[in-house]
This record gives sequence, C-alpha cells and structure tokens, in this order.
Amino acid sequence: MRRDFPVLNQLARGKPLIYMDNAATTLKPTVVVEAVAEHYRMGAANVHRGVHFLSEEATRKFDAARETVRAFLNAKEAAEVIFTSGTTGAINLVAHSFGGMLKAGDEIIISEMEHHSNIVPWQLLCQRQGTILRVAPINDAGELLLPELERLMNARTRLVALVAVSNALGTINPIEQVIAMAHSRDIPVLLDCAQAVAHKPLDVQALGVDFLAFSAHKLFGPTGVGVLYGRRAALDLMPPFLSGGDMIRSVSFAKTTYAELPAKFEAGTPHIAGVIGLGAAINYINGVGLHHIAAAEAELLQYGTECLRQIKGLTLVGTAAHKTSILGFTLNDIHPHDIGTLLDQEGIAIRAGHHCTQPLMQRFGLPATARASLAFYNTKAEIDALVVAIEKTQRLFA
Amino acid sequence: MTTQIELYQQVILEHNKRPKNFGKLEAGNRSAEGFNPLCGDHLWVYLHVTDDGMVREAAFEGTSCAICKASASMMTVAVKGVSIEAVRRLFSEFQSLLKGELDPEHAPNHLGKLKIFSGIWQYPARVKCAALAWHALNGALSNQLTVSTE
Repeated sequence: MRRDFPVLNQLARGKPLIYMDNAATTLKPTVVVEAVAEHYRMGAANVHRGVHFLSEEATRKFDAARETVRAFLNAKEAAEVIFTSGTTGAINLVAHSFGGMLKAGDEIIISEMEHHSNIVPWQLLCQRQGTILRVAPINDAGELLLPELERLMNARTRLVALVAVSNALGTINPIEQVIAMAHSRDIPVLLDCAQAVAHKPLDVQALGVDFLAFSAHKLFGPTGVGVLYGRRAALDLMPPFLSGGDMIRSVSFAKTTYAELPAKFEAGTPHIAGVIGLGAAINYINGVGLHHIAAAEAELLQYGTECLRQIKGLTLVGTAAHKTSILGFTLNDIHPHDIGTLLDQEGIAIRAGHHCTQPLMQRFGLPATARASLAFYNTKAEIDALVVAIEKTQRLFA
Repeated sequence: MTTQIELYQQVILEHNKRPKNFGKLEAGNRSAEGFNPLCGDHLWVYLHVTDDGMVREAAFEGTSCAICKASASMMTVAVKGVSIEAVRRLFSEFQSLLKGELDPEHAPNHLGKLKIFSGIWQYPARVKCAALAWHALNGALSNQLTVSTE
C-alpha cells in the first residue's frame, strides 16, 4: 500500500519522512497525481460547452467523476452532487442559499467541537438575517452531550449543522441519532464530513441526511475541490448562490432563468482536473476498501493510544469512546509549537496549534495542542519513532 | 544545502525555564500587548522610560512557546539601560537577523547575545515567535497598545 504513495519515500530534515498530519491533508496516491496530470497533459479542455473532441472527453470524465461520487455516497441521483471548492465552499453555499431563506429569530444549532468553517458562515448569517446560533456542549472526553443538544431543538430551529468527526479530537459523533432527533421535529441536518469521509462509509440515503459536505484533499484527492451533497427536495427550493456562467438556462436583460441541478449551484468553470482527481481518489479507495482502511486505522489508533498513555507528562486531548485515528495531546508545560518543531527535526510531521477550533481549545482551557493524525499507510514502527521523539523532546525541556 | 542550525540551544532552553525580568513592572510607564492569534503566543511588555529617553527597566509576562519566551527574556536584558534610539536600532538589526538579511559574524551590529537567533530564518513558521516580544516593545515605545503578528 505504501508503494502507492511515493511521497513517503523521501527524507525530511535528513530523516525518513514520517507523515502524521493526515487530518490536515492526506497524501496523494500515484493514480490521483496521474489522473490530474493526464487531464492537463492530454485534455485541459473546458466542459459542457465545446463540440470538439477534447471538450467532449473532458465532459465525459467530469460527469463520470460525479457518478463516482454519487455511488460513493449512495445518493439517489448524480444531480444531488454539487462540486464546490471544498467543505468550506459547500457550507458557505448552504449558509447563503438555504440561510438566505431564514428569518430573524430562526435558530441554527452547531456544537462546541466545530471547525471554524462550520462556525463563521453561520455567525455571518446571523449578522445578515438576525438568526440565532445555539451551541451544543461536549463533555471532558470530547463527546457531544446529546440530551443538551436535544434541549436546544425547538419550534424555531431551522437547521442542525454538525461535524461528523472532530478534526481536533477525533470524536465520531452519533450522527444517526442526531438526524433521528432532528427529523422527528422536521429540522434538516447538515453534516461536515471533511474529517469523516476518509475514515467511515457514508450512505446519505441510509442516513437520511439533508446536506453533507466534504473536501477531496482529505480523501487522498486534490486540493481546491469538494462536494456538497443535498437532497433534491432541499436543493430545489434553494436559490442560486454564486452566479454567472454555467448556472443559467437563458439570460436576457428582462429575465434570467436558472439551470437545473447540479448546474444551478456550479457557476463558472469548475476545477475540472480536481474533480477528475477526486474521482480517481474514490476509485482508489474503493479498490483498497473503506472497511479495510477503517480497520487498519482502528488498530493504529489503539496502538498509538496505548503508547502515548505510557508517556509520563503526556495528556491526551480527546478521549471519546468512539474515535478516528487522531491523537491530540499536550506534553508537560511544553508549548505545542516547540513539540512540533522538535518532532519535525526527527522527520515527523504533526500539527501544532488550535486546529481551526478556537472555541474548542477554550473549552479545554488550552491555547493549542499537538496532534498526530494517522492514515492507513502509517505503521506501528512510525508510532514507536513518534514516542522516541516525544521522549527526546521531554528530556530537552527537563 | 545549508546545514540546519540547532534551534533549541542551551541558552534558549535556559531562558525559557528561568526567564529574566518576568512579571509586571510596578514602576513602568509604557506597556504593550503582543498576540499571535495563529499560535496563541500572548505576552505583555512593560517599560520604564525616563524623561531623557532611556529605558531604565524592562519586563514581560505571558504564555508562549520556548522561542518566544527566550526571545522576550533576552530582549529585556538587552534593552535595560539603553537609550530609546539605541533600542530602535537594535530592533531593526534584530528584524534583519530574523529575516536572514544580516550576517552577525560579518556585518557590524550591536546584537551581542541576541545573535543566537541567527539561522531562525530557516524555520519560517517560527520567525514570528522570536519577533513577537520585539514588536510589543516597539509598540510600547510608539504608544501602540496592542500589536499582532500572524
């Protein structure tokens, strides 16, 4: 499997690279790099308008990628798959288009463990529309408090926007229960699946979710492209967000009519190579098997958790019963940036900082954490090397 | 390829563990807050500046990484008893040092022990850590109450 990721065979600071920053972005297998390069090398034409050979080829590949995403999510129809610039772009689309239909006093529920990309678009919506943002709390292990979340749901609630897997803590939220809770009150649900998508199968029909957002680059695909899945019934009611070319049926100065889904929400020339790369990434994952990936990561998580727990002075941040392979931690009173730089000198890439979850850091009373996030191509030997490097860091600061 | 410099030298670790002039300055008459929202480094620099333009006392407090704290600690030592004019010159030299634009071994300078931060330009993500206290100091001298580096 590691063969598929040539990027792993390089030195960082003169040491073999140990890449443990997968929650920030995953590495790209050769098939994805090749699919993107192939488009620029042999295609590079625009989609959905040319009548010439190259444009038809690009359109065919672009549409095939949409079908690949549809099947991956088990969406009912490909038109429910909207290509965006990423998770942030997808959430902003919903915040503007769906959010634009809300009235002052309407309420939106998020949780304390959201990424800034699922906080700030709603705060701006509140400023524009006078809507109210409610925040469901979590416990010290980093688990959502379901009864508290349920208590926030009322007759004015118009949306629950929840992260499926926390990027800072690794917590897997009980999305099925949250959706059931919300739908029993006719409240639609948006899931931020940026972190979840590479770690667990997502079936939008089985979930019954109304909106689901993810980014290709956290799924072994290219940066700059992502997906908003929306139920047709929800998307049909929503006005366009970005406007311009591609999203219209006809334009005149008297009246412009809009295209059908998905084009209605895809103004402008899309990231064609990125979409094709996303399709290649999903095909790659299907080949490996998402269940196999989840099993490998569960084993790494268990081993990594045991190893880190044995380090005196290390405190895990995020100890939910259901977790993905994200190990957030603090180490004595050593600042996470010092940990990050010192591990980097051993060739180990981790993230240090607030992980774009400042309210969550405030919840734990921490300015920042160090975070090792593992993917299926990581090994137990790499975790051993992480432990050695952490202990070396401790000795330096002793 | 240039050789990586040792970032966490003993002097830096020592200043981090036992920072000089750490705490509020009761007799201070200038202060500024320095904050890097990206990493959470957050400190306050206090000065006592005399009427004839001398920095008589300097102190700092706050929470930050080792690079930031050591830099702040060494800065307070370096600017005590120095004229504002000389402090501003030091600030400018230190900025050039952090950017890798001043080679302290060859170009004339007044950096002294602060030379230990030469080579930090090899770690672009950490340059701001070393610079934060100095920006706060500059803010305090310019009556700018809050400075932010990102």
